[in-house]
Amino acid sequence: MDEKTIKEKDLSARLLEEIKRLTTGREHPLRLMEVCGTHTVSIFRAGLRQLLPAEVELVSGPGCPVCVTPDGYMDAAIGYARMEDVIVATFGDMLKVPGSASSLAEAMARGGDVRIVYSPLDALAIAKENPEKKVVFLAVGFETTAPTAAAAVLTAERENVGNFFLLPAQKLVPPAIRALLSDEDARIDGFLLPGHVAVVTGSENFSFLAEEYHLPGVVAGFSPPELLRGIYRLVRQAAAGEARIENEYKSVVRAGGNPAAQKMMDQVYETCAAEWRGLGAIPDSGLRLRDAYRRFDFAEARPLDLPTAPPKKSGCRCGEVLRGKITPKECKLFDTACVPEHAAGPCMVSAEGVCAAWHKYGGGIFQYG
Amino acid sequence: MCLAVPAKIVEIRDSLATVELRGVTREASLMLLPEAKVGDYVLVHAGFAMQIIEETDMAETEALWAEMNGGPRTVNLELSQHG
Repeated sequence: MDEKTIKEKDLSARLLEEIKRLTTGREHPLRLMEVCGTHTVSIFRAGLRQLLPAEVELVSGPGCPVCVTPDGYMDAAIGYARMEDVIVATFGDMLKVPGSASSLAEAMARGGDVRIVYSPLDALAIAKENPEKKVVFLAVGFETTAPTAAAAVLTAERENVGNFFLLPAQKLVPPAIRALLSDEDARIDGFLLPGHVAVVTGSENFSFLAEEYHLPGVVAGFSPPELLRGIYRLVRQAAAGEARIENEYKSVVRAGGNPAAQKMMDQVYETCAAEWRGLGAIPDSGLRLRDAYRRFDFAEARPLDLPTAPPKKSGCRCGEVLRGKITPKECKLFDTACVPEHAAGPCMVSAEGVCAAWHKYGGGIFQYG
Repeated sequence: MCLAVPAKIVEIRDSLATVELRGVTREASLMLLPEAKVGDYVLVHAGFAMQIIEETDMAETEALWAEMNGGPRTVNLELSQHG
């Protein structure tokens, strides 16, 4: 082990001690929610849930964009993938997400042209290479990812690429947090705030938590010591009855975020109501293209006449899992009818889904608070 | 989805940077981070540099340590207080 690792190990041990000291004797466990799939996975991978005292309960919220994408969006993507003249370009984690009857992976197996890309710019490159096709990028993601698709749209406009489109379903984190908190049974005592969303929006974007809900929030990084620092700060605020927003990820998070990215988002998108799996429709929680860029919206350029998806009766309880209402283990399908290889719901499909994390790291054998 | 990796900018041509991480090089757009320069470490997400990484302040970690050992709190105090 190098010197830095040893120091981080010491720091983590000390933070854990302090978290224990500050929470011993609490009547009710502190319920701290993370709203970022990358946090969820890092917490499980590091085994933090087993290390923390029983008085600190970590709850996963709607932090995985793939998981909150509703059936209807997947149905549209699948519908487009079946068209002869369309190439669907997507981040890989969307492939197996079930729509109401099928998935993109199935459409691909049936001959649909679906390409996995790492960046929206890769989708733009595919459009340039295939001028006879329409290339539709599945624009999902939170504030971290939304500006990258906006930049691709502006590049397509500048370079006059007429066959590049988005199927927009980007979402904003703060309105989802508000929706969760509007539920009186939410029982959340603080938020571990998403580090990379805050890189774009700035930590100030979350000040409403303290001001309006009197809840603490700490922007945290992703390594085990960074996560523990975030949890320690939340526990300390809770112990002192404080509520403010702190930034424990200062290496990349500034109070005001990334102004260039915000400007680009604002130029290309406006907010709209959006449907979240598990949370329903939330006002001003989604992004759509502004009029000046509406021609890049494939849903407008080629509307699909899809039947409204009937609610599924599989017994999947992803919706409650996403709101932190139940743990995956409380769902009857978890690890029986629903495993990553044949998942009933998106929380098991996405590598960053809560159910997938529970399944991968111990199959639910541990008492995860 | 919001996964991002740190990498060092080794070359910039127009608004496209070549970034390097442990010997692997890739291209990253600087459209969202026009102020980045060669030599900067940046956080890369979905093909874009998103932020310049500032070296973490060891003094802050030491202050955190002192605070846990009963010293006065000095970290994060500059942030707005609502309490």
